[in-house]
Amino acid sequence: MQTEKIFDTLTKKFGNDVTPILEAAPSEPFILVKADKIYDVCLFLRDNSELDFDYMMCLTGVHQKPDLGVVYHLYSIKHKHKIVLKTFVSIDAPNVPTVERIWRSADWHEREAWDMYGINFEGHHNLIRILCPYDWEGFPLRKDYVTPEEYHGMRVPY
Amino acid sequence: MGLLNKLDDPFEGGGVLLGTVEDVLNWGRSKSDWYLHFGLACCAIEFMAMNASHFDFMRFGTIPRTSPRQADFIMITGTVTLKMAERIKILWEQMAEPKYCMSIGSCSNSGGPYWEHGYHVLKGVDRIIPVDVYVPGCPPRPEAMQEGMVKLQKMISEQAIFNKRKRMAEIDKQNEIK
Repeated sequence: MQTEKIFDTLTKKFGNDVTPILEAAPSEPFILVKADKIYDVCLFLRDNSELDFDYMMCLTGVHQKPDLGVVYHLYSIKHKHKIVLKTFVSIDAPNVPTVERIWRSADWHEREAWDMYGINFEGHHNLIRILCPYDWEGFPLRKDYVTPEEYHGMRVPY
Repeated sequence: MGLLNKLDDPFEGGGVLLGTVEDVLNWGRSKSDWYLHFGLACCAIEFMAMNASHFDFMRFGTIPRTSPRQADFIMITGTVTLKMAERIKILWEQMAEPKYCMSIGSCSNSGGPYWEHGYHVLKGVDRIIPVDVYVPGCPPRPEAMQEGMVKLQKMISEQAIFNKRKRMAEIDKQNEIK
């Protein structure tokens, strides 16, 4: 299915909760979803027989000042079409519903987004750091992150 | 040493070798180094080439070990993250004396490309364990690793075993005068 058609299907179903952005050069067209609707949208995308997005290629965080965002790249193996979802949340309350129960691969991806950006995926069964040590402080890929002077007695700066 | 050359051209009467016990011990130690390979990044991939038949690392008398308790030296090949640094420290402390460390590649020498923005990278493995031989490169060619190994062997073969403290004190004294 064409990207425009997928976007039409979504706008018909979810109305004002989704905003298609077709001319987003240099990136591919994406659709903005309100953070609290992300679970419903994703479930619809997976279970609708015409859309059938059965493969979550990538989930990643992004710090686009002043907000934090999550980007979902979805693909349908059966229909061979793909779609990009984006959602933005305030940095003070970065809460996004988890899609871990829809695609199992989201489990570690969401843990990474939590580790690097501090996005809180509500309902995730095991939201702990995946790359940094468990006792690491701060979220390294945020724009305002400051490299620590010391970690466990080891000097960090050069 | 030239110990082996004497076998071809022995003294009259045959089979007599002259040398100090220290020389013989150090010769043996330097030519049979077992190592604990701590592969962390792309240097470890280059080290595979080093270990394979083309460059044949084992002709230096080295044998890879999987336990720090059987190893004479540890090879740090790759980016030492802060998370991994603590594990390296534990392994180093488990190794039996005398032990040596070879740091391979820019990352483990000084942080490499992560020296400025690597919030998670230890800027040189020598910040947690003493390093005997540094091999520069990103990653180093197998030839460079071979030279590092030769340097390590040379270092071991010249080490003091007997009256170590007395002799080291003399060396320290000379260094102070300089």
